[in-house]
Order: sequence, then C-alpha cells, then structure tokens
Amino acid sequence: MAKQPQKKKEEYETTGHEWDGIKELNTPLPRWWLWTFYITIVWAILYTIAYPAWPGIKSATPGLLGWSTRANVAAEIAQAEQANAAINERLASVELTAITDDPELSSYAADAGAAVFKTWCAQCHGSGAAGVQAGGYPNLLDDAWLWGGTIEDIHTTIAHGIRNEEDPDARWSQMPAFGEILPPEEVEQVVNYVMSLSPSYEPKDPSLVEASAEVYEINCVACHLEDGTGDQFQGAPNLTDAIWLYGGDYQTVKETVVNARFGIMPPMGGADLSEAEIRAVATYVHQLGGGE
Amino acid sequence: MANTEPETAPSLYQAREPIFPRRVSGKFRNLKWAIMIVTLGIYYVTPWIRWDRGPELPDQAVLIDLASRRFFFFWIEIWPHEFYFIAGLLVMAGLGLFLFTSAMGRVWCGYTCPQTVWTDLFMLVERWIEGDRNAQLRLHRQEKLDFRKARLRLTKWALWLLIGLGTGGAWVFYFADAPTLARDLVTLQAHPVAYITMLILTATTFVFGGFAREQICIYACPWPRIQAAMLDEDSLVVGYREWRGEPRGKHRKAEGAEELGDCIDCMACVNVCPMGIDIRDGQQMECITCALCIDACDEVMERIGKPRGLIDYMALTDEERERAGKPPKPVWKHIFRPRTVLYTTLWALVGIGLVVALFVRSDIGLTVAPVRNPIYVTMSDGAIRNTYDVRLRNKHGEARQIKLAVAGEPELFVQLEGTPYSSVSVPADSTSQQRVYVTAPAGSDAARADSIDIRLWIEDTANGDRAYKDTVFNGRGN
Repeated sequence: MAKQPQKKKEEYETTGHEWDGIKELNTPLPRWWLWTFYITIVWAILYTIAYPAWPGIKSATPGLLGWSTRANVAAEIAQAEQANAAINERLASVELTAITDDPELSSYAADAGAAVFKTWCAQCHGSGAAGVQAGGYPNLLDDAWLWGGTIEDIHTTIAHGIRNEEDPDARWSQMPAFGEILPPEEVEQVVNYVMSLSPSYEPKDPSLVEASAEVYEINCVACHLEDGTGDQFQGAPNLTDAIWLYGGDYQTVKETVVNARFGIMPPMGGADLSEAEIRAVATYVHQLGGGE
Repeated sequence: MANTEPETAPSLYQAREPIFPRRVSGKFRNLKWAIMIVTLGIYYVTPWIRWDRGPELPDQAVLIDLASRRFFFFWIEIWPHEFYFIAGLLVMAGLGLFLFTSAMGRVWCGYTCPQTVWTDLFMLVERWIEGDRNAQLRLHRQEKLDFRKARLRLTKWALWLLIGLGTGGAWVFYFADAPTLARDLVTLQAHPVAYITMLILTATTFVFGGFAREQICIYACPWPRIQAAMLDEDSLVVGYREWRGEPRGKHRKAEGAEELGDCIDCMACVNVCPMGIDIRDGQQMECITCALCIDACDEVMERIGKPRGLIDYMALTDEERERAGKPPKPVWKHIFRPRTVLYTTLWALVGIGLVVALFVRSDIGLTVAPVRNPIYVTMSDGAIRNTYDVRLRNKHGEARQIKLAVAGEPELFVQLEGTPYSSVSVPADSTSQQRVYVTAPAGSDAARADSIDIRLWIEDTANGDRAYKDTVFNGRGN
C-alpha cells in the first residue's frame, strides 16, 4: 500500500479555538469546491436578471428573457385549439345524426362534451348528470325526456334554452297555476288522479280518483294527453312513468298543480359556446344512457 | 502508558495502486474463459432471436417494450399488472445468491458478475496490445510519452471504446425490434434515447472496465458487503494452506532449507491477482474468489514437484482438520448442509409458485369500477339501472369477442353502453374500457334492496375462457 505524503501535525493551521485540549483545525475548502460555490453565486444573480425574480410593489421584475408561466399556458391552450381545429370544424358541419356513426368523431365529441358539461351544465344537472330533483333539474341519465331525447332535440334544447325570452326558438311551455282556476276540492281530486297514473306512487285518497277523471279531461288533456303520457312538442311531462321532475309525492304534486312550475335553462348558443362545443355536449348527453 | 497518538494525521483518501495482473493458465482460467464466452454470447445474441407470435405482436423472443408496457420472453408475455412475476424472479435471484454464497462463497463475483467478465475482457485486450505484466509495468513507469507509448495507449483505448460501444449497442436492442433499430442506428434515424443510452453505457463500460476495475468491487458495490454476511465457516472460499506453506522461503539450497514450507515466495499468486491482494494474508474483503491464484500456484507447485493445492478452494472448518493431519471434508459435505437445503427449498417453492401462476393465469380479464355518481338511475318504467366502468383485457394475439353476464340475481340483465348487446370485440393484446349497464326490472328484489352483491362474468366466445369480478348493485332501498 502506498503511503500518502502527509503533513506533519504541527503544520496544520488552527482557528485558535480549543476545548478540553481539542483544537479546531482551520482546513480550507478544496479549490474546486470554492470555485463551484462562487460560480453558483454568479449564476444565481444572472438567473434573477434573466427570469422574473425581484419583487416590486405591484409585480416582480419580468426578466430579460420574458419568460412567463401564464404566457406558456396561453400558448399551450392555443396549440391545443389549433390541433383540434380540424375535427371541431368537422363536428360543427356534419349532420347531427351522422356524429354517432363516425367512431372517431363521436369519441372526440363525447370527451370534449364531458369537459363542456363539467364547466357549463354541472352546476344544475350535477357532475354525474343525475340532476337535482329538489330544484327541478332533470336527470339526464334516464330515458325520460321533456323535450325529446334524439340528438337533434337535445341540441336544440342546449342551443336555445328553455323559457328563454330573448330567443324565439327556445323551448317554451306554460302550465297554468290551477290554484287560481280550480276550486280546492277539484285540485285535491286531480292530484290524486295524477298520482294514480304513476307506477311509483299510490294516490293519497283512492276514492277521489274516479271522480277526478272529468276534471283531468277538461283541464289537463290538452297538454298531458288523455292517457297522461304527455305531449313532448309542448314539453308536457309524461305522468305515467316512474320519473318525476320535481317529485311524485302528494305534497309536491299538489304544489305543482296549484302553483305550476317554470324551470329555466339558459341558452348555450351565441356568446357562450361554439357550435362545435354545443354539438359535443349534445353528443355527450345523448350517450349518457337515455339518448333516443 | 505509551503515547499512542500517531505521528501523522491519517489521510482520508486512498490513492489507487495500479494493478497489472500477469497472464495465467489453468483449469479455473479455462472455466472463466468458457463462462465469459457463454455470458457474453447470451448477452449479444438474445435480442436477435426471433419468435413468431402472430401478425399483431412483435416477433422478438426477448423484448422489453416500454412504450406499450409489455415484456416478452419467448412464449411468455408479461403485462404491468403481472409485475409480481418480476418480483418473484427477484426473490429467486436473492435466494439464489444466498444459496450460492453460503455454499461457494463469492462465486458470483469471481465468475459471472458483468464487472468481472468485462474487466477480464478489457485485460485481455490490454495484454494483447501492451504485453504481459512486465511490459505493462515498464510502460507505466516510462515517464516520457514517446510515439510508442502514445500509440499503444491510443490503440488500447480505441479497442476498449469499441467494446463499450458494443456493450451499449447490444443493450438497446432489448428495448426495440433489433433489426429495425440496427438499421435506424446505422442510418442515424434512431430515437435520440437510443443514442444517449449507448453513449452512457459506452462511457460506463470504458471507465468501469478500463480504469475503475477492482475499485468498483471494493468501494462501489454493495453486493460484497451483503455476501460477507452470507458466508459461514463451511462455505468454500479461496484460501492458502498456511500450515503447509509456512515458513516461506526462496532459497531452497541454503542452510536450514529443510525447515521451510512449500511456499517459495515466488509471488505468482500476487502477480496474477486482479484485485491486487496477497491471498497468503488470509481472508480479505477484496477477494472475489476468481481462483486465478490457484491456477498460478498449482503451476509453480507442479514445476517444483510439490503437490498442488497450496492455494485452493477450502472451507475455514477444513483448517483445523488439516492442521491435525486429517483430510478435509469432502466438497459435497460443505455444499450439502441444512442451510443450503433450506435456501434451495425456498428457492424452488418460489419457482414452482411462479410456474403455477404462469400456467393458471387467464388470457382474458377485467376490472370493474361501479359508477357512484349517481349510484343508480330510475328508468321511466321504474327499473333500476347501475353503471359500471369495466375494463376488458385481451392478451391474445388476435381480437376476441367477449361476452358479459351477471350472476347473483336472475332478473338482472347486462347491456353495453351504446349497444343493445352484452358482448363486444376487444382488439388484440389490449384493454378496452366499456360502460356497462346492469338493470333490475321494476319491483324486482334487486331493485328494491339497498344493495346486493353481484358477480360480473366475462367469457371469451372463441374458447370459453371465463373470468369474473365481484361488485355490488345498488337498489332504491324500499
């Protein structure tokens, strides 16, 4: 084994500190270490000049390179939009019914639509699209549709909205508040009649059902039809299915009959969403499990 | 008390002592050549073996396809979720190390470790260019850098670099189709990662094999430290029969020569050692048991007419017996011990488990995630529908039609989203995510229950293979 040339002990410089006979050696740092340290200092100063660093009152120094995370995100978004431009144009121009026949287009539309839905629709319809019965926001997963469940119907509803006074193409229906028209006993009768139509609820007072047929005939048939299945063109709900927009229990049905309901959906066309986005979200809603 | 303070402060840095091992021949050297040829052969040839798996799958016998997350090994294909096979192999490798180390010491280090094999190869080149030990020493001591020294050095380094390039070059072929990649590499069209990997491996091979050599074993590698704990007094290690060799002496004709042992102090064992140690000093951390000193000493013993085996494979327990004049234990008694039997049993159990797992694993599979937002949907006829995100897996080399069914409640029925069907075609060697609806008719037990346990079955319609996953069906709870 080679012996290293080693310094004699007394050649070591000490800091002059001594505790119980133990001296602190003053051992200088290796030169490469020291230089690396100086270089990092210079590097750090140059870095703060090149990149945003020094804080000011309102903002930080922008840095000579003009680098900014915000600009990077904007550039990435622009790039993504650029990349999707062609397929978005195709989505906006094909026949609505042709979207589902094109696997690439429908898969793109469903994914893009899911993102649009989370941004614009989930507030009322819920992130899972199951709606909120207490607020009268319909469940979009089931097979009951107030205004039709074909992709064209869904597209029209989304684009123009419901009870949107500024758009003549908007869905519009108006149920009278029967509390102001019918005497209380007839209201009672018709509530029980409506409950008897649905498979999911029993009427509160079955004895009233038979007598109320006449009241229903006069007041409700025009929209809800004779058999109670509802006229979709007028947005009249089907009263014979198991699905209730606001609830099918006695109290809720009575409130619906007395005061009527006027749910509103804002139009998504125009300023808010592009045609491609509306079609995407229509495709998404259509493929949720209830589309016709 | 005497002043124990050392004269000089200890240095924390140990300069490397250059080692110039002498060429040696003998049975262990021949064994090591053979092992080098076999291991390097396996390393270089394996990526070029073809294995037909059909049109949809790669035809390379051994391929680590990182991009599509597949590992192909002849007829075996491993997916990421089957990583336990790799874990099992690692457990087997660990137990194998325990077994071999407790039986035969650092046999891995001495014969098969890539560091040893490549260093051996580099030393071969070195001897070929610069000559044997003495010539190398002369060249090393010659301070003047004349034309000859420069030429020899440059030639040696160039050859080392070529070997390094070959090492890194072969490595990348395990990760892509070898013939395609080879063509791309030559025409400079391969992915930069391939070139970068090759460059890094070329550099590490060059440095580790050419310059770092035994320092890797002594300072960098954790293996020797672990192995040291595996050795016991019955493990076979390379040792010096000190009771036979000592006192050593050169002058056989001198007075008192009859007192001397068999060791003639010729330094042959030291000169051939790639680790630069003297085996006669006893067991040492640096010794990788490459057995070259055995070859060197046997050659000398042969020449001076003494029995071979002054330096030999032996166990520490043999020492006492031999000192007492008894023969050493037979080799099989050193190897066949409760400890090694236990390691072999464990090793075999893991191996059998893996093989069984390999044969019983299904070529189709599924995962099921119930959609909980919302937990169920009421349909207009009062039926209750649950939705599941099902991922179907097809490991076959061609597309398979997979049929879904549900067990647990007779009324339940299954339907794939967007279709009226309960079966779907899954492309070859891939997974496919499907939304699956399970519906309970109005008024059925499942529709009225809070939640019931169900089992989703899938069946490969081509060969009847089946697999299942248990999940729950949520009813309306009234």
